Amino acid sequence: MAIPEEGYFKVEKGRYGAIYPRTPANYGFSVIAKVKPGREQAVRDYGKTIEDAVKGAPNVLAPLKLHYLRWVLFDVGSGLHFMYQGIFDTDFDKYIEDAVALFNATGVVSVFTNFEGWPEDWRTNTPAVIKFFREHQAPSFLEYGEYPYVTADEIKKALQLKENFSGMLDLMQ
Amino acid sequence: MLTQTPPTQTPAVGVTMESSPRLELEEIQHFLVARPAALAARYEFLSFRNPASGRKWLAGMIDKVGTAKGVHPTQLDSRWVTIAFTWNGLRALGVAEDALATFPEEFRQGMAARADILGATGTNHPDNWRGGIASSDLHAVIILFARDDKERERCRMEHEKYLTQHAGVEVLSTLDLGAIPSKRSGAHEHFGYRDRLSVPAIEGMGDEPTPGSGRRIKAGEFFLGYPDEEGEAPALPRPEILSNNGSYIAYMRLEEHVGAFRDFLKQHGKTKDEQELIAAKLMGRWRSGAPLVLSPDKDDPELGADMQRNNDFNYAKMDPHGYGCPLGAHIRRMNPRDTAANMERRRMIRRGGTYGPALPEDAPEDGVERGIAAFIGCASLVRQFEFAMNVWMNDKTFHELGNEHDPICGTQDGSLDFTIPKRPVKKKIKGLPQFSTLRGGAYFFLPAIKGLRYLSELETS
Repeated sequence: MAIPEEGYFKVEKGRYGAIYPRTPANYGFSVIAKVKPGREQAVRDYGKTIEDAVKGAPNVLAPLKLHYLRWVLFDVGSGLHFMYQGIFDTDFDKYIEDAVALFNATGVVSVFTNFEGWPEDWRTNTPAVIKFFREHQAPSFLEYGEYPYVTADEIKKALQLKENFSGMLDLMQ
Repeated sequence: MLTQTPPTQTPAVGVTMESSPRLELEEIQHFLVARPAALAARYEFLSFRNPASGRKWLAGMIDKVGTAKGVHPTQLDSRWVTIAFTWNGLRALGVAEDALATFPEEFRQGMAARADILGATGTNHPDNWRGGIASSDLHAVIILFARDDKERERCRMEHEKYLTQHAGVEVLSTLDLGAIPSKRSGAHEHFGYRDRLSVPAIEGMGDEPTPGSGRRIKAGEFFLGYPDEEGEAPALPRPEILSNNGSYIAYMRLEEHVGAFRDFLKQHGKTKDEQELIAAKLMGRWRSGAPLVLSPDKDDPELGADMQRNNDFNYAKMDPHGYGCPLGAHIRRMNPRDTAANMERRRMIRRGGTYGPALPEDAPEDGVERGIAAFIGCASLVRQFEFAMNVWMNDKTFHELGNEHDPICGTQDGSLDFTIPKRPVKKKIKGLPQFSTLRGGAYFFLPAIKGLRYLSELETS
C-alpha cells in the first residue's frame, strides 16, 4: 500500500493528533532521533536490558500488541541516529500511554534520555513524551504484508490450533 | 446514580493511609468524594455575559458549596451544591490568557470540538445536542443534589431569585433528575439495570475496595496536586491556587431508548427468561447486578445486591473466551479488569442520575426523553475519559471483535454487530439498534474552595 506524504489518506482525529492508517502490514511505527554525543554505548546497552526483561517475563511486551521490533543505530553524516521501528496491531494513538507506562515500568524509557529533544520532565509529563514520539515519527510511504491485515493474536491462535490439531491426530493413531 | 441508599462515608480531615499525602478535604468539593443521600437533582447550565456579574454571582454561592469534609453522613444536610466551569467559563470570569494556556489541550478545546474522537457521530453529534451545551457560551454548571423533590424545588426558587440580582448571568438550560422508583434495592437506570456497582477506592480516603475491585488508586488520578499512579504529582495548570485540589469532570446526557431496548429483547428472546439473558449479555450483568462471570446461566439477585461478592471476578482466568460475559459486553468494555494493561491509570468516578419519567413495563414507547445525565471525574480527560470513549466504548477492534461498539452506550448506526460467544457456535446479532443517544456533553473544571474564591476575586485587567 502506497501512503501519501502526510502518512494518512484522510485526517481522522485521534486523542493526540491524526491517526495513521492500518495497512496490510498493520500499524507501522518508526521513531528516528539524533543520539547525544558520546551516548552510543549507553543506547546499545539497552538492547540487553530489553532482552533480559523479556527473558524474565516473556509477556512483558504483550500490552504493546507487537509483531516485530527493530532498534537500529546509524550515522547519516550529521551524527549518530537511532531508529525504533515496530509493527503493531494497534494504532499509536490508542495505546501510546500504555507503551510509555510499560517503558517506565521496565526502565526502557530512560534510553530516550540519550536522544536530543527528549523532554526533561518526562517522568511527570506523559503528554510531552507523546509529543516527542509524534514529532519524531517518520510515516512510511509504502507498506506490504505477505499475510495482509492478520494480527499477532490471530497468528498465535493459528499456531495453537495447528499444535492442538496435531496432538489430536497423534491421539487417533 | 441518585439512590435511596445511605451516603458514603467521608473520612475525617487529615486522614492519611499508605504514606499518602494528606488530602485537603476541607478544600476539595464534595462531588467526587462523598455521595450524599439524594433522591433528586438539578443541573443548571450558565453563561456569563460579563466577568463582573459572573464573579459576583460566584462570590455569593461559594459558602453553599459542600466540601469533602463538610458532607458527612452524620450531618443532616438536605441539599448539596457543586460548581464547575468550562475553559470558556474560566476565560469569561477573567482568568489571564497565559494562565488559560496552561490547561490541557483537550479541556481548552472542549468536548464538542473533540466529538469525533469520542465517537459521537451521527445523531450523537454536537449539532444535535440540546440545551445550548455545545455552545461556546456555556461557561458553568451548578449541580444541585437534593434530599427530595420538595427540597429541589425550594433550591430552584432560591437560585432563581438570586439570579434576578445578577443580570449578567444567564441560564442556558436546566435538567431535573430523579431516582427511579424500584422495588429492588440500589439505584437503577431506565433499562432496569442495577447501577453504581463498580466504584474505585482512593488512597488516603480510608475506604476499603470491595473484593475484586482492585487496590486503592492514588489520589492524583482524580485530584490535581497529588501523586498519581506514576508516583509523582504532574505539573499543575496555573495559577496553582486555581487548579490545586481540583478535578476535571466530563458531562454526558445520554438518552435511553427504552421502547427500542424492550422491543429488541422481545425480538431475540421468546420467553421472559430468554429476554433477561439477552439483556444480561448486553450488559455483562443481570439486571439485578449479578455478574455473568459468576452466574452465567441464571440470575442471582442476592449476589447482585452483595457488594462483597458482585465485583469479585476477573476475565482472563474465569471467562477468557466470553462464554459468560461476552467480550463486547458493556461492563467488559468499560472495565476490562485483568485483560487490559495500565488499568489503574484509567479509573474514573461517576456521579449523576436518571432524568425523565420511567416508562412503565409493557407500555409502548411514548417519545418522551429519558436517560442518564452524569459527570465523570478524573485528573486527565485525555488519558482517562477520552481513552474509555475512544478505545473501549467506540472502538470496533476492541478485543478483536471487528465490527462492534459498546452495545448499551456506544454509537450505533444499524451496521454493527454484537457477538455472544457460545458452544459450539457463537451467536452474532447483526444490525444492533441504537439504544442510547448522546444529547449533550461538556468538559468542566471543578475547582477547590480556594480556586472558587480566586475566581470570584479576579480583577479584569
